[in-house]
Amino acid sequence: MAGTGRLEYPTSIMALRVLCSSRIDPVFLLKAYLKGADGVLIGGCHPGDCHYETGNYYTRRRFMILKTIFDSLGLKSERFRLSWISASEGVKFAKVANEFTETINNIGPNDTKNNMFL
Amino acid sequence: MNKVIKIEKSTKQGLLEFLEHLLVNDKISGVLTLRKINENGICDYGFITDPKELIETAEPFAPVMPVNASQILSSLTPTTKPIAAIIKPCELRGFVERVKRAQGSLDNVLTISYTCGGVIPLNTFQSDANEKLVTDYFEVIKGTDTPDSVRPTCKACEIFIPMTADITIPIFGNNEVDSDCSLIMNSEEAVKMSKDFKCEIIESDLDSKIMAEILGKRTAEKEILFKTVSTTKEGLDDLVDTFGKCIGCHGCSRVCPICYCVLCDFESSNFDYNTDLMENELSQKHALRLPPDTIFFQLGRLNHMSFSCVGCGQCEDVCPAGIPVSTIFKKTGEDVAKIFDFVPGRDVEEVIPVMIIKEQEFPEVGE
Ligand code: SF4
Ligand code: SF4
Ligand code: SF4
Ligand code: FES
Repeated sequence: MAGTGRLEYPTSIMALRVLCSSRIDPVFLLKAYLKGADGVLIGGCHPGDCHYETGNYYTRRRFMILKTIFDSLGLKSERFRLSWISASEGVKFAKVANEFTETINNIGPNDTKNNMFL
Repeated sequence: MNKVIKIEKSTKQGLLEFLEHLLVNDKISGVLTLRKINENGICDYGFITDPKELIETAEPFAPVMPVNASQILSSLTPTTKPIAAIIKPCELRGFVERVKRAQGSLDNVLTISYTCGGVIPLNTFQSDANEKLVTDYFEVIKGTDTPDSVRPTCKACEIFIPMTADITIPIFGNNEVDSDCSLIMNSEEAVKMSKDFKCEIIESDLDSKIMAEILGKRTAEKEILFKTVSTTKEGLDDLVDTFGKCIGCHGCSRVCPICYCVLCDFESSNFDYNTDLMENELSQKHALRLPPDTIFFQLGRLNHMSFSCVGCGQCEDVCPAGIPVSTIFKKTGEDVAKIFDFVPGRDVEEVIPVMIIKEQEFPEVGE
């Protein structure tokens, strides 16, 4: 919708499509983080609106687990954000994407990018 | 107050005579217990069906964990013939977590556990020179101090009282272990088993003052231990330092009671590296660490199971690279469990956090 409505969102975002937010294994997020992504934004249907009824409730719990692990290890959990954005909310998507990009710009680039260890 | 079997013998002797009675009278078919395998006191777990063998070899309270017994119980259950298992509080909690994941059953298992002083690291305990170490250990735990010789996570273990055992035995904090045996019966099952065993039955419980004193000391130790792995800056450097020594053997997950997966995701072809992938990465970086993904593996494991970590210390004990795996997993696991108000192994009916859905929670996420 953001595309067809010609709304602007940052070009630094690479969009990946999944069938439901619950398809996002936390391991995908880790891989993105360790391979240098500066941030990962997860979009999901609003609570109660998931096509599979409960997928996003699981997503929310897994997201909280990931966030807590990052906080516990002293890693920057702000690099991940979960946002309820339905398929028709192009405006909200553009707004969240812009906000998140700003947050990430403030945190700065992800150190994993240049770390040969990772 | 609970019904307690009282026997005027050493705790070990009393317990073994009770189990002998159950075996002879066909109330149980066998006992899972630690037992000595040679004169030097080296121990392993055994499933013993012969009463004589039990009396001669069992060392039910030996401060060692050759494997986390919850893994053994998964292979002994489900069973149609009742069995007894003498295991440590964290092993019992590990088994409860496994039962939730359909990796075993508590039916027909009489669980016996005790107030635990901790276990001595494997390579120290399983050496010929362990005798004095073990004697000293048992002297110290008559009081409320934890011996210095035990694993780091044992020093910091606050759940040293079994959470769901049918029978609880005071060992840590009991200065009468050599002359007195008390078997505290927490379940109907235990009471039924004790029915025609000739003994005195009294109403009693663990000494709450002593237990509180031990807990206080353990909590203080935990704070000190957790500081050793807490990070202040962007923790990535610390993480690289810590796991930089990892040889990728996956031993830590193999021995973990919670990492039960038959095919671990991280050993599956999902994460295989091939030359294309390496070339792609090398086009962005000047070098690549091999074996790859050692940090990915641990972060992934933390996401999969940390909330159920029982802090047994087995992973750290087997790590050939000396990485404080269990300290990290215990700390992070407790942080995660806390947000769901979850305690691993507290109750077999308590569903694991990733299997629960709640419409309203964590209002701060989603904006
Ligand atoms: S973690 Fe150590 S002290 Fe705690 S129950 Fe397990 S063996 Fe005993
Ligand atoms: S046991 Fe140690 S070396 Fe082996 S995979 Fe685990 S952390 Fe790495
Ligand atoms: S992660 Fe380590 S300390 Fe925790 S349950 Fe597994 S083996 Fe035990
Ligand atoms: S379909 Fe499940 S979150 Fe959108």
